[in-house]
Amino acid sequence: MSSAFTKSAARNIFYGGAVFFFLLLLGLTFDTMNTLPKRDNRANLSESALRGKHIWETRNCIGCHTMMGEGAYFAPELVNVYTRRGPDFIKTWMKIQPSGAPGRRQMPQFHLDEQQLDDLVSFLKYASEINTSKWPPNIEG
Amino acid sequence: MKYKSQAVAKPYFIAAIGLFLGQIVFGLIMGLQYVVGDFLFPAIPFNVARMVHTNLLIVWLLFGFMGAAYYLIPEESERELHSPKLALAMFWIFLVAGAATILGYLLVPYASLAKWTGNDLLATMGREFLEQPLPTKIGIVVVALAMLYNLSMTVLRGRKTTINLVMLIGLWGLAIFFLFSFYNPGNLVKDKYYWWWVVHLWVEGVWELIMGAMLAFVLIKVTGVDREVIEKWLYVIIAMALITGLIGTGHHYYWIGAPEYWQWWGSVFSALEPIPFFMMTVFAFNMVNRRRREHPNKAAVLWALGTGVMAFLGAGVWGFLHTLAPVNFYTHGSQITAAHGHMAFYGAYAMVVMTMISYTMPLMRGRAANSRSAQVVEMWSFWLMTVAMVFITLFLTAAGILQIWLQRVAAEPMSFMAAQEQVALFYWMREVAGLVFLIGVLLYIGSFFIKGKSEAATA
Repeated sequence: MSSAFTKSAARNIFYGGAVFFFLLLLGLTFDTMNTLPKRDNRANLSESALRGKHIWETRNCIGCHTMMGEGAYFAPELVNVYTRRGPDFIKTWMKIQPSGAPGRRQMPQFHLDEQQLDDLVSFLKYASEINTSKWPPNIEG
Repeated sequence: MKYKSQAVAKPYFIAAIGLFLGQIVFGLIMGLQYVVGDFLFPAIPFNVARMVHTNLLIVWLLFGFMGAAYYLIPEESERELHSPKLALAMFWIFLVAGAATILGYLLVPYASLAKWTGNDLLATMGREFLEQPLPTKIGIVVVALAMLYNLSMTVLRGRKTTINLVMLIGLWGLAIFFLFSFYNPGNLVKDKYYWWWVVHLWVEGVWELIMGAMLAFVLIKVTGVDREVIEKWLYVIIAMALITGLIGTGHHYYWIGAPEYWQWWGSVFSALEPIPFFMMTVFAFNMVNRRRREHPNKAAVLWALGTGVMAFLGAGVWGFLHTLAPVNFYTHGSQITAAHGHMAFYGAYAMVVMTMISYTMPLMRGRAANSRSAQVVEMWSFWLMTVAMVFITLFLTAAGILQIWLQRVAAEPMSFMAAQEQVALFYWMREVAGLVFLIGVLLYIGSFFIKGKSEAATA
């Protein structure tokens, strides 16, 4: 780098740039938080869905599945599983795991009771109605 | 080694290497589960193996960063560490907490672990990379604060250089942004939005400061190039990292319910994110070409050049590959993401920690550089690991392209599992590349035990 461009100029760009763009991030975040009520389906975030989210987290579902594309890539996307499979399928599926089919990927049995299964379904239904800008590209997730 | 207290870095580096080996073993288990689905089921289900794999990565990199900080900050500050005893105590606390957490994952059902560790009081668990129980998360904060106190006191009373200031800012940022891991709102969109303030603002933000400081420190030492030149480069690189990376966070906000303007902000700024990584490559090669001395530690120079190149390829090129919103619409959450994640973490962070270890370990063991034969083995391990990682990335990229085509683009899209079966060949090849990587890790560990005639300590 040329000697006309000094270290203190570089330092100023660093501090100035970091502060400016962090403030910009805060500004955009502020606007995002104001826009979210129109997109994040919070009206349907019921007590049951909240309990469902807790089950989702404490069973580490994200360790195999993705939710809105985030998580592990070992098992299907679940943001739209409610639309893809429906509530009854999801509950039955959870009850009959693991399949035990030799050589196939296995999902653990989590021993959820009827209430917990309903809560999980409410959570997945709530998630499926968030405005994700048309993602995933199709029903297969 | 100029100051006795720098030796506190040694246990940190040894722990880092041990956990790195564990990470790779669990990576191989997961890789096999991708093709032999019931392998080790139900003893180690995939989600448990993955948690162990990714958490070991985070913990060993943190050990590496902390060890690097305890080594370079006293040397840059030209005084002993404020409290070597505190640093050593924090080492044991972090090691015990880390080991207990991993054992908890492996031995206790996750839901029970959550219940016993107070997750009902403050739910923070079960989110990717932040799976740690509450006591572990609090432990991380305590260890980080004790380290920051220790290092800040050392810098405050000593010489202030660009390198130790940048390292310190990076570590403070790491600790501050980790606090978002305690914020877990029920609203899934907000949860995800602020989850990225830990994950993205670490790896595409403050960690780049830490990486830049470590690389600059080693380059000054092994090339003898004027500090003014190196520090100017460092400022420019980290300036570009934050200027592009802060708003680049937007590339995670395309499909999680955030407003659609993020598709523009995210695409434009993250398209610029390869720049700081490219500059790191140019920086490393430039400095080595302009070297004023022939440092006897050739292996450390190789790691320094390697991390520049591989960080650019993994974080820069493979990141850019899928960062534009119209592309990401198809690639998001596919094996493309996995490909990028592997090479970026290895190239940027695993390799820069090994650069630091390679340079400092011989000094802490009383010599300027290891014997010729030990260095040859270390350089073999460098090439085995690096080439294996290139192939892991290429195979996962191939798997990802095919997966996306079958599942998301084709006229009659396949289900997730049907598409997975179609790409199994690539998963097998990835597993073979993973075995080569493991051989590389074992050789790397072996290189520390090779004796032979070594250079006397001068640096």
